[in-house]
Amino acid sequence: MSSTAVPGPVGRPRGRRLPFYKRENWQALLFIGPAVLVLAGLVLYPLINTIVLSFANTNGRLEITRWVGFDNYKTLFTDDKDFLNLEVFPPEGALINNLKWVVLYTSISLALGLLIAVLSVRVFYESYIKAVIFIPMAISATAVAIIWKFVYDPDPNIGSLNAVISAFGADPISWYGRADVVNYALIFAYVWASTGFAMVVLSAALKGISQEVIEAARTDGASEWDIFRRIQLPLLSLPISVVAVWLLINVIKLFDIIYVMTGGGPGNASEVIAFTMYDETFQNGEAGYGAAVAVVMLLLIVPIMLFNIRRFRSERVVG
Amino acid sequence: MATAEVSVERPAATTGEKAVRMISRTPIHVGLLLIAVIWLVPTVGLAVTSFRPRDEIQSSSWWSSLTDFNFTLHNYDLVLTNAKMGTAFVSSLMITIPSTLLPLTLAAMAAYAFSWIRFPFRDTIFLLIVALMVVPIQMALVPLLQRFRDFGLADWYWGIWLAHTAFGLPLGIFLLRNFFITLPRDLIEAAKVDGASHARIFLKVVLPLSVPALASFAIFQFLWVWNDLLMALIFVQNSDLWPMTIRINQLQSTYGIEWHLLSAGAFLLMIVPLAVFFALQRYFVQGLLSGSVK
Repeated sequence: MSSTAVPGPVGRPRGRRLPFYKRENWQALLFIGPAVLVLAGLVLYPLINTIVLSFANTNGRLEITRWVGFDNYKTLFTDDKDFLNLEVFPPEGALINNLKWVVLYTSISLALGLLIAVLSVRVFYESYIKAVIFIPMAISATAVAIIWKFVYDPDPNIGSLNAVISAFGADPISWYGRADVVNYALIFAYVWASTGFAMVVLSAALKGISQEVIEAARTDGASEWDIFRRIQLPLLSLPISVVAVWLLINVIKLFDIIYVMTGGGPGNASEVIAFTMYDETFQNGEAGYGAAVAVVMLLLIVPIMLFNIRRFRSERVVG
Repeated sequence: MATAEVSVERPAATTGEKAVRMISRTPIHVGLLLIAVIWLVPTVGLAVTSFRPRDEIQSSSWWSSLTDFNFTLHNYDLVLTNAKMGTAFVSSLMITIPSTLLPLTLAAMAAYAFSWIRFPFRDTIFLLIVALMVVPIQMALVPLLQRFRDFGLADWYWGIWLAHTAFGLPLGIFLLRNFFITLPRDLIEAAKVDGASHARIFLKVVLPLSVPALASFAIFQFLWVWNDLLMALIFVQNSDLWPMTIRINQLQSTYGIEWHLLSAGAFLLMIVPLAVFFALQRYFVQGLLSGSVK
């Protein structure tokens, strides 16, 4: 087939248009058809459906009983003490819990991941240390919840943490039974599981930094701390943002570990918004209300999604 | 994306230098050791407990048993049979394998088109799919469940297979497309000049060259589905078909906290992911890195 056309991902056909070009569209349809159909039918359509559902009330069989406009949203933010309670200080509720997670889980995972990445590079057993930290990434949040429920057990004979505490003479603490500590206990358990991701990404990025620049700085008399703060850290800002995005998305979708370790308890102290959605929809039969919670989750994720897209686009331009 | 094994500083040259470096590094060694202990103790504690007889668990600490050496497999026996973890294991397999192969196939096909076929709106559609990656499952649960019920798909595994496929596709398409476009243009051009159809190019040229990327996504998806709880809770209504993640949670509510059962159950749950991880670590990490960094 002689031609001057250059089909491909970047080229534009020059010269004669081939019949092959039109045939390409049919072949493309064949290739993307199944995936697009599945996505349209099982993701996009339900997504719109859920938004519509959020404006209604349902019965126990999840059938719509009546339309209520924005009432679900209004109740959610003003009248639902388990979701958002601004009348106490500090504020409480599932939404506030997610905020605690956003602040603590993200920063601690990042900080620990970075710390371990920076330290482990200087020892000969680096790959072993990294493997140990990374392993929890492979297991389910369910398993993480059980492992840490064991660590947090109030009986010092069982719970490793309370064993250490009573060895120092203090009283055992009910880590997941007390409303004031339960969220922090959960957060740390999940940090344990997620630090490996931060560590792997940041470690790879660290190693990608040019040796010469660092050597030059060293010969110029810069201290290790200077090198870290002025050369390595700025160059890590992209990987750090990548890890941060992944962690934030985790926070919004948080469910398994709460469900297994505390069931939202004690009371409602450890509930998070994904748990609220599940509870309202499948335990209380209020699918419309649950849909409103789901929409709130989506709205929280949209800024992250836009950030992701923008980053993807700019990388295409640069890379 | 290769990770260079470059050390961040000049390696110690003489033995003297090595000794000095190791000593001055003591705080680092101590710090890392402490961190390693914190990371290992939770899992090890539970592992040891799973081999201990029930009464001993209540009366003595797990680390004291390391010297007593009174271990048993009884807990595992109980949990596999009485607590139905054996059937749950099979269920987990039944759910996970199709939920991995299906999205892999559909994503590979779509990714190929997004990489090597020119068609109108290609980049827009791709961007839309990338956007779908972060949509929370909660946004689709109720409508999906209702449709599945209407068509009788919630009785067996059909529903959860479809759900996992749908939500695994955006990431799969994203990862695989990013890999496919790195393949040498000339190879594909040559095939086209020879008159090969896209189907032929896909099957004979692209797929064989893409095994690492396909493996990365497959492993990632496999672990994701195996470890999933929420989708199983909702789409697997028949209790005979419950996977391990649900079963082990049942262990909690019916028996209170019977650690001899829960610990053994937890480890059965973890065996497969850990095995997959250890055997195929490289692919898993590669998948994570390529999905997040690029």
